[in-house]
Amino acid sequence: MALITCQNLCLGYDGREILHDLSFEVNSGDYLCIVGENGSGKSTLMRTILGLQRPLAGQILTGDGLRVSEIGYLPQQTPVQKDFPASVREVVLSGFEGKCGWRPFYTKAEKQQAEENIRAMGIEALSRRCYRELSGGQQQRVLLARALCATSKLLFLDEPVSGLDPRVTAEMYELIEKLNKEQSITIIMISHDIAAALRYASHILHIGDRVFFGTNAAYQESGIGTVFMKGGDVL
Amino acid sequence: MTEILNKLTLYWQYPFVRYALAVGVLISLCSSLLGVTLVLKRFSFIGDGLSHVAFGAMAIASVLHFTNDMPLVLLITILSAVALLRTGQNAKIKGDAAVAMISVGALAVGYLLMNLFTPSGNLSGDVCSTLFGSTSILTLTKTEVRLCAVLSVIVVAAFVFFYHKVFAVTFDESFAAATGVKTKVYNFIIAVIIAVIIVLAMNLVGSLLISALVIFPALSAMRVFRSFRSVTICSAVFSVFCSLLGILISILAGTPVGSTIVAADIVMFFVFSAFGAFMGGVHA
Ligand SMILES: Nc1ncnc2c1ncn2[C@@H]1O[C@H](COP(=O)(O)OP(=O)(O)OP(=O)(O)O)[C@@H](O)[C@H]1O
Ligand SMILES: [Mg+2]
Repeated sequence: MALITCQNLCLGYDGREILHDLSFEVNSGDYLCIVGENGSGKSTLMRTILGLQRPLAGQILTGDGLRVSEIGYLPQQTPVQKDFPASVREVVLSGFEGKCGWRPFYTKAEKQQAEENIRAMGIEALSRRCYRELSGGQQQRVLLARALCATSKLLFLDEPVSGLDPRVTAEMYELIEKLNKEQSITIIMISHDIAAALRYASHILHIGDRVFFGTNAAYQESGIGTVFMKGGDVL
Repeated sequence: MTEILNKLTLYWQYPFVRYALAVGVLISLCSSLLGVTLVLKRFSFIGDGLSHVAFGAMAIASVLHFTNDMPLVLLITILSAVALLRTGQNAKIKGDAAVAMISVGALAVGYLLMNLFTPSGNLSGDVCSTLFGSTSILTLTKTEVRLCAVLSVIVVAAFVFFYHKVFAVTFDESFAAATGVKTKVYNFIIAVIIAVIIVLAMNLVGSLLISALVIFPALSAMRVFRSFRSVTICSAVFSVFCSLLGILISILAGTPVGSTIVAADIVMFFVFSAFGAFMGGVHA
């Protein structure tokens, strides 16, 4: 059975539909990119799969014994209170909380893993700084490190490279590919970077006026993305 | 100076002074712990509302001539805390209105009940002490001190046990929920702890001044420190220090305990603000 199966999903807010009758599945080891225009419902879809909001209709099934505590998530926006006192290290470590269950403290291994993820994101110099005093791109990297802590099977990324400088963006894509290839972590990523999506993804889900789901190669053949891709150079 | 010391040693011999200090330390420790969460989750208004509910519950208990009103007050306050947190999550604006309604309603009904059913002539004194805690801390019985101590230990233990979960739920609730943290359970636990703290703190400063005890330490610590742990530790120390200072001054100067403690909180808040502005924040 697939890791995640979405059947006839209808999504929306307050009964107003923004996505109708969407079906697709994600298998273990897939690298799925979700593309589409602003406001087409990508983030809404991700939040629904994560159980943060309910679909208007349809169902989401999980398989392969997937547990919520094996899922990592990078939200598009994190509405953190303006004066929240939290150090980078505390924020990154909190990614392990889902794995803790009733255990009150983090293990040594978890703390080490957190340090590693902080290093992988190149923010070790910031690790004692206050989260809300960082720049947007720096905050994004902190949240990525947190998402890595939470992940052991499946990683949801909502525009992971937005706000990152070109060097870190490239590193980011490499890191995600490594997670996917070496640790066989399944990736579901929302992106406006269509070139990167076509380069790395195994599957593409295109939502909007026309909906497409299939392998990367099939997407390029179908031509649905072409209009999007031509304009996509600037995205 | 020696005169003050002599006076203090004299007072120290009275058990009620020792009780007051012990209870003061415990309660102020507890009330400071969840301050950061309450302030950041915009729950501080709930603290206010709950203290009024506790006042109403206390009025009911005294009308029913309960010898020990704590269990009833505790029960009613916990139930209201859970209810308020629920409504607060479902609809934000309605939640605010619900808090206002419940809290003002409880205050009015509480006063009405006390007015109707209290035979003693000292009604305004009674009401005043429940609202401002003017004398209650110095008239604690041994049982009340024990109950306070037990509850405080439970609160502190629960906070230490749930510390990382409280952080996760406060910092980013939807991330926590998405990655398998039982946010509903922890919100419920937070609500219960808040209710216990409110009831405890009522003994110290009375129901009108509780918010001060909860909010001032957190806000002051946030002026200076920048990590959750240092803010938590600092607000605990801040709160205990101000309460001790307040109780001692009130004993020496004969001022009401609750308002003296809050006055000490206010003074220290300005000290911390000035220090924070001067230092630009300590990164620890
Ligand atoms: N909380 C909300 N309440 C009501 N409508 C919402 C809410 N959040 C989003 N919407 C609407 O749902 C639609 C889809 O929003 P969503 O955030 O899923 O888009 P998106 O595809 O992620 O866009 P972007 O590329 O800009 O991130 C939009 O039209 C938006 O106006
Ligand atoms: Mg989005």
